[in-house]
Amino acid sequence: MRDKPENITLISFGYFEKEILEMIVKDIEHEFQLPVKMREGHLDLSVFFDANRKQYDGNRLLGEIDNKFSSDHAKTLGLFSVDLFIPILTYIFGQAFLNGRSGIASLHRLKNERYGIKGDKGVLIARFRKEVIHELGHMFGLIHCTNPVCVMRSSTYVEDIDQKNHHFCPSCRSGLDGLNMAD
Amino acid sequence: MAKKISILIVDDEQSVRDSLYNWFIEDGYDVECSENALKALGLLESTQFDIILADIKMPGMDGLEMLKRIKALKKDSIIIMMTAFATVDTAVQALKDGAFDYVTKPFDPDDLSHLIRNAAKQVLLTEENEILREKVISLENVEDLIGKSEAMQKVLKDIESVSQSNASVIITGESGTGKELVARAIHANSPRKFFPMVSVHCGALSESLLESELFGHEKGAFTGAVYNRKGRFEMADNGTIFLDEIATISTKMQVELLRVLETKSFVRVGGHKEISSDFRVICATNRDLKTMVDNGLFREDLYYRLNVVNIYVPPLRERIDDIPLLVEYFIKKYCLSMNRPLMTIDASALKKLEEFPFPGNIRELENMIERAIVVGNGKRITMKDLPLGKEKKLPAFESLDDLERNHIQQILDKYSWNISASAKALKVDRVTLYNKIRKYDLKAPK
Repeated sequence: MRDKPENITLISFGYFEKEILEMIVKDIEHEFQLPVKMREGHLDLSVFFDANRKQYDGNRLLGEIDNKFSSDHAKTLGLFSVDLFIPILTYIFGQAFLNGRSGIASLHRLKNERYGIKGDKGVLIARFRKEVIHELGHMFGLIHCTNPVCVMRSSTYVEDIDQKNHHFCPSCRSGLDGLNMAD
Repeated sequence: MAKKISILIVDDEQSVRDSLYNWFIEDGYDVECSENALKALGLLESTQFDIILADIKMPGMDGLEMLKRIKALKKDSIIIMMTAFATVDTAVQALKDGAFDYVTKPFDPDDLSHLIRNAAKQVLLTEENEILREKVISLENVEDLIGKSEAMQKVLKDIESVSQSNASVIITGESGTGKELVARAIHANSPRKFFPMVSVHCGALSESLLESELFGHEKGAFTGAVYNRKGRFEMADNGTIFLDEIATISTKMQVELLRVLETKSFVRVGGHKEISSDFRVICATNRDLKTMVDNGLFREDLYYRLNVVNIYVPPLRERIDDIPLLVEYFIKKYCLSMNRPLMTIDASALKKLEEFPFPGNIRELENMIERAIVVGNGKRITMKDLPLGKEKKLPAFESLDDLERNHIQQILDKYSWNISASAKALKVDRVTLYNKIRKYDLKAPK
């Protein structure tokens, strides 16, 4: 069994409204029962930009986070506001190493404006909170869940994210407690 | 617990392999990757994967060639072809070669999820189908043919030796010996087992009904023929037709049957079109067909056509050793079907069963055990649960005259040949009783 990490580290890259980050920290701490550290990171994102797809390479960004920003004592999640892709998929909201120490998540496709709807900060924060907890769940070893309201439910559209809540279902909760949160 | 689906990803690009790997692993699949077709084929020799996702354009052996090779090894493999350079030709070729689907990279995340979910569903359905098929086979297996006796072992050996052939079989034996079970066992062990075995009880049908039953009929062929109807020969296409009580069919039907057996084609009643059907014929009878042939009651040519192989099913009295096994089997069968705890049988009751002649053979034994379970105490079958006593006391006579004679004799003996008392007991007048005594030549004991 793995050691319990010391904390969860969220590193934001690019401009993020402070309010958005502050609003999600408490819930993450509550879900994982771990302290959350916030800091800003600096990366030249142009290196990860794919001119053909006009998107940012999620695989390479994840590798970069893992190599340069992560440690074995914490779960580190890179937060971005750019459009992410992986070679086989047209886009991703985020991705993480299953049972690993690193992950990434992006705000870009969570915004209402992206779909021609009026922006709503409350909705955006709710979506981002779920997406961050979802990717962290993978980093703690959880796979996708079939419970329609569990945060580990797979979401391919923002509507899917809106339908679930930011909590773990009892089954994922017990998996989390049993496998990864042991001291 | 649901089966965990395994996926093999074959793509020369590391980033594609990693992306798919991470995506599927998060969905809870077992995932392995291979960077080329040769390595994938090597992996497939030792490991079985439920779904294979392969790139079409790869250095060395391409995805289409790999698809063909995998399909040649395992026809029902589920292979999804991926390409970044979609053309109609390659798509058509991939699907023609048996690919489950063909997708263009990059996919929409939802499309990928759907694609894999559908493929996984197909895998589970195929497996479920396999399991059900096995169950059906086991249901039709020879397990109902119970017996360790020499006579029964010979029957089982005969079944084994004729199952693989297409030869016509006549099963002979007394009523209730399990002739239809033998026919089912032959069918279930033959290459025709995945096709139907159609049974026709010839004795239960009149000539015209049997004709319509066997050959089918066209709408309007006779009053009541409101639809076209397939006959049993047509239904048994690729399978087996079982003609029970074959000795009861009329001479006209014997001629028609012979023609069908020789040509394997026939015309529906009221129809004109010749219909062909590939069936194997198994017949059963409790009569001696050879004697019927000798007496001109059964066509000799049909007899020889049907009697390629003869299997004789012995009556229960010739296989007493099997009674304990059969009793145990029927107890299990009926306790299970009636949802009761498994019962046992008293040694004395079993001994009585072994001594019983069973004119109705196994059918009679089966009914006896079923009845004993219903009327018994739910724990143990004892003598009182078995109707053996009554059966044994059945009089040796069969005609009503014999019955009457015997009864009058018993009453006269009971009343010490007092005619008035006996007539009163019999509720007849004295003259009638005298007439009966004369008729049956009854004598008072000296």
